[in-house]
Amino acid sequence: MKTILKTENITKFFYSPVEFKALNNIAFEVQQGEFLSIIGKSGCGKSTLLYMLSTMDTEYEGRIYLDEQLLTGLKQDKLARLRNSSIGFVFQFHYLLPEFSCLKNIMIPALKLGKYSREEIEFRAYEKLKLLELEEQALKPASKLSGGQQQRIAIARALINEPKIIMCDEPTGNLDSKNSKIVLDIFKQISKDFNQTIITVTHDIDFAKASDRVIEMQDGEIINQNLKF
Amino acid sequence: MKLFEKKIHIGVDYEIAFTHISARKTQTFVVSLAVAIGIAAFIFLNSLVIGFNRSSDESFFKVMPHIRIFMDDKISMPLLQDDTDQYTSVIVNPKITNNSKKLINPEKIAEQLKSKEYVLTAAPWLNINLFYNNGISQLNGSSSGVNILEANTLFDIKSTMVEGDMNQLLSTPNGIILGVGIAENLNIRLNDNISIVSSLGIIKVMKVVGFFKTSNSVVDKTKSYINLSIAQQLMAQGPDYLTDIYIKIKNPNDAPKYISDLETLSGYNAESWQTANESAQATKKTRAVMMGSISFIILIVAAFTIYNIINMTVKQKLHDIAILKAQGFASKSVVKIFISEALIIGILGTIGGMMLGAFLIKILSKVYIGGDIGYFPIQVEPKIMLMGLFVGLLVTLIAGYIPARGAAKVDPISIFRN
Repeated sequence: MKTILKTENITKFFYSPVEFKALNNIAFEVQQGEFLSIIGKSGCGKSTLLYMLSTMDTEYEGRIYLDEQLLTGLKQDKLARLRNSSIGFVFQFHYLLPEFSCLKNIMIPALKLGKYSREEIEFRAYEKLKLLELEEQALKPASKLSGGQQQRIAIARALINEPKIIMCDEPTGNLDSKNSKIVLDIFKQISKDFNQTIITVTHDIDFAKASDRVIEMQDGEIINQNLKF
Repeated sequence: MKLFEKKIHIGVDYEIAFTHISARKTQTFVVSLAVAIGIAAFIFLNSLVIGFNRSSDESFFKVMPHIRIFMDDKISMPLLQDDTDQYTSVIVNPKITNNSKKLINPEKIAEQLKSKEYVLTAAPWLNINLFYNNGISQLNGSSSGVNILEANTLFDIKSTMVEGDMNQLLSTPNGIILGVGIAENLNIRLNDNISIVSSLGIIKVMKVVGFFKTSNSVVDKTKSYINLSIAQQLMAQGPDYLTDIYIKIKNPNDAPKYISDLETLSGYNAESWQTANESAQATKKTRAVMMGSISFIILIVAAFTIYNIINMTVKQKLHDIAILKAQGFASKSVVKIFISEALIIGILGTIGGMMLGAFLIKILSKVYIGGDIGYFPIQVEPKIMLMGLFVGLLVTLIAGYIPARGAAKVDPISIFRN
């Protein structure tokens, strides 16, 4: 087992409207291939934590390591490149670009990375679509798909650059139970078959139950590193 | 390999910009049209200024040289002081002391002036006032005693000739070329004789060898050309008597630069056409400021339409910007996307504006106004076209950069939290 993500004493303050300690001494590790859920009540700081882990929020105290590399203090451009190559995102809302086809939406992060030729990227995007059983929808505009399909396209997009970690913020928050089940199965498959790490912030107890480990948070602190149901 | 990667990076930013633009074709067209009208107005108005200035300079250069060498009036000293006690100091009213405006050894001066590389022609000139008589009819006017070939290089007399041959003046010592207005008023035809009387009362009978017609009716009614030697005789002076040396230089706009050089060289006063024609210069400046400010305001309005559309796009696409940034698009890429969108609109608009401007100019240049002007004095100016292109792209970059920078500053977290 290899540690893919590690935090040391993460503390975060919000200063407006009033000073407020959102996170207090958060320390935990995530192993490669682990399917991790973070749960807790609204306002417990779980989303705030996720945005820090994702490198989008850089204003905190403490340290974050991704694959043994210290992220804290890196420049924005460097962090952008790191996100591009190493982190995939799935949000509650799909955030697909409406003017582009599903295929293009999936290809964009890979085109940005520029590791492969355009033809190869297209081939890989089709592979991801097949994995998510959406290859017939490839050339449709993203806006023409159903909610569940859109979320699966967003997952395919998160996977295109073979990231080390996929970070999800309420990935099933907008989905019915059938589609939630599909998304959950995909995540399980990714972590098992491709040894990719998944960190999910969720309210969905059924979803959390199905993951490898559940971290429970309350009032900006981790109260249970391995919650059992 | 590194270069190859970079190339692909540029590609995807442009691709997004292009997709955004092509998803909004009507909007893009309308905004481009606004820019095109702005640029067309800029090109049109500035070409108009240049055209008018050129036309007024040209009409001016038909009667006045680029630079004139002459002897200025000398004013007496107001105080004649004597320190030796031999004479009494006197105070006098200042007044003109030189009684002749004659230039000494003019041929030699002209030769020296011609040796300067920026001087095209230096023509000895003798302007006199006189009366034209035909029977009992009398007109007053002025005549220039010239070498007609040199005068022709200055004022292109040949092109204004309507009857007769300019070169006849060379073979006819007492020949005269008259303005058509004089001929009409005195009822004179080609090869008729006409008597002229100078201010000194000297009478000469001249043979009419040609008529000229300029665009200025006052000139046509008063002006004539005669041989230099006849003019000197009319002033009862010898062959070295001149009032001016007229100089034509390569670039008329440089005239003020050469004044001090020419004054040193000739030993007399030199006057540039700009100084001699100050009111026209003031008119030119007024025209430039007026048209310049109008075209500037139109450009600002065009810039606002670009700013507005890009700003609106950014506001509408906050989600897209947030997800692109999350996926690893750096701020620089986001700026590039929206600047490119502005540039696509700006380039379309600028090129359209250049074509529209050229079209307007072509139409207007065919409009006949008449009088001294003739056809509307406007033509396609390559310099202004280039300036329009440059200004169009500059305005686009500025108008696009401000909202693009705003887009780069979008905080993805604040978008995802909602």
